[in-house]
Amino acid sequence: MRSPLFVPAFFLSASVAFASEWEPAPERKAELFNLVIQDCGSCHGLTMKGGLGSPLLPQNLEGKDTDVLTAIVLDGLPGTPMPPWRSQFQDGEARWIIEQLKKGLEQ
Amino acid sequence: MNRYLKTFYLALIAGLALSVASWAHAGMAPRGTGDLGIIIERASGSVKIIETSTQTVLRRVEGFGDLSHASVVYSRDERYAYIFGRDGGLTKLDILTGKIVKRIIQGGNSIGGAISQDGSLVAVSNYKPGGVKVFDSKTLELVADIPAVSADGTQSKTIGLVDIPGQKFVFSLYDAGETWIADFSKSRTPEITKFTNTGELPYDALVTDDGRYYVAGLFGEDGLAKLDLWQIDKGITRILDGYGRGEEKLPVYKMPHLEGWAKAGDHIFLPAIGRHEVLIVDQRSWKEVGRISVHGQPVFVVARPDGRQVWVNFAHPRNDTLQVIDVPSRKIIKTFKPGKAILHMEFTPRGEQVWVSVRDANRVDVYDTRTFERLKEIQAEKPSGIFLTARAHRTGL
Ligand code: HEC
Repeated sequence: MRSPLFVPAFFLSASVAFASEWEPAPERKAELFNLVIQDCGSCHGLTMKGGLGSPLLPQNLEGKDTDVLTAIVLDGLPGTPMPPWRSQFQDGEARWIIEQLKKGLEQ
Repeated sequence: MNRYLKTFYLALIAGLALSVASWAHAGMAPRGTGDLGIIIERASGSVKIIETSTQTVLRRVEGFGDLSHASVVYSRDERYAYIFGRDGGLTKLDILTGKIVKRIIQGGNSIGGAISQDGSLVAVSNYKPGGVKVFDSKTLELVADIPAVSADGTQSKTIGLVDIPGQKFVFSLYDAGETWIADFSKSRTPEITKFTNTGELPYDALVTDDGRYYVAGLFGEDGLAKLDLWQIDKGITRILDGYGRGEEKLPVYKMPHLEGWAKAGDHIFLPAIGRHEVLIVDQRSWKEVGRISVHGQPVFVVARPDGRQVWVNFAHPRNDTLQVIDVPSRKIIKTFKPGKAILHMEFTPRGEQVWVSVRDANRVDVYDTRTFERLKEIQAEKPSGIFLTARAHRTGL
């Protein structure tokens, strides 16, 4: 558990560092989390350790460009089962998902 | 310790043991398991042992690891369930006592399993490292390890693993597009026969219940690959080639399943990939004889055991709906919306009930298949697969 003192500090630093970063609203965040775990998880594994789709753990995504990965989520990878999710997410939401995956969902 | 005290404790222990033994006799009368099954609770790594006549949960058992995409086969005495988990776990569960008899981590990432014709071997197919491992069903000791490495050195994920008569297993290599038969009839070192022209990206496969035809769905092609296991010299042939020719495929948010495919009379009902359609194929000619428009992209297309109805669930984002097709008229006779994320359906052996998992509602619903009345709601945590013991006696399950 994160200490209550840590939370405001975290938000403070986040808002300073990423003042322009867009974030989904809290309910949408919860929805997206559930979707990533359950629906991306049906191919990538509930814990993102991989399945038919490649593993999406922080160490697997490390060093890969966020823009490129965001584009993969939005447009899919033609010729593979990775589907395009553009009709399901806004661009910012897809980027936010990649950022969460890079940090690790456990956090 | 004081000698008297020691005697006293010994007596106490003996008495306890006796009463436990007699309780086991009296309280837990001998019973069969044909009425039982399990529900996978995918997020919590637990299962519920259920009884279908009473539509009740007998117990909940924890400790199965990552159960996303878990599947189950049963020992031929229907007492033990072998549960295959995503984390490579293979767990043998005694469904009478609710005890885990043995649990091993056999691989990195498993996807499904099968049990041999004589019940002595349990095979597991793995994504990582790709291949099939075969275990002794009593002890879970490793009997054979078959890495899925093809001639050019490609390491493949393995999919569509089934058992067939003659103590054999059949499976396909997703990356390399091959189908292999592993024959254990002569020894515990299998003889492998390979077919290297299955097609692009086979994602799942089925075997007909007579064990004769193995059919693999292809993600990379508009068609399916068929192998006649009674005439393997004829090799793989393509069926339904170009069933969606010229039409733009929709994004596939969930891979359809072929296991649990539907056979009704001479017709096989299959999920079309990337389309809101169920395909009907004549099992003699292997030609398409019709298609039915449905609510979304089908995931499971399963026939009630008598073959008169076919039930269909759908991929995200239309996965809140179930449809029932009347086989003789090929019409949809019922559309329900039980709740978000309907993941699986399982019929009782003679088909009067169907058990439906509704993941996001944390519920399993039991329906009467004749009246469509909901008979019961059973609470379960993120339920996915439902597996009844009757599977023990079906080839390919
Ligand atoms: C139907 C199966 C399927 C679903 C559902 C799915 N993916 Fe994928 N995904 C794949 C496959 C297969 C690949 C690997 C393609 C390849 O390179 O062969 C992949 C690749 C990726 C990659 C690229 C990984 C890398 O290291 O380059 C990302 C990122 C990704 N998926 C994210 C997602 C997200 C986020 C979701 C949910 C919104 C999702 N996927 C849902 C099948 C799926």
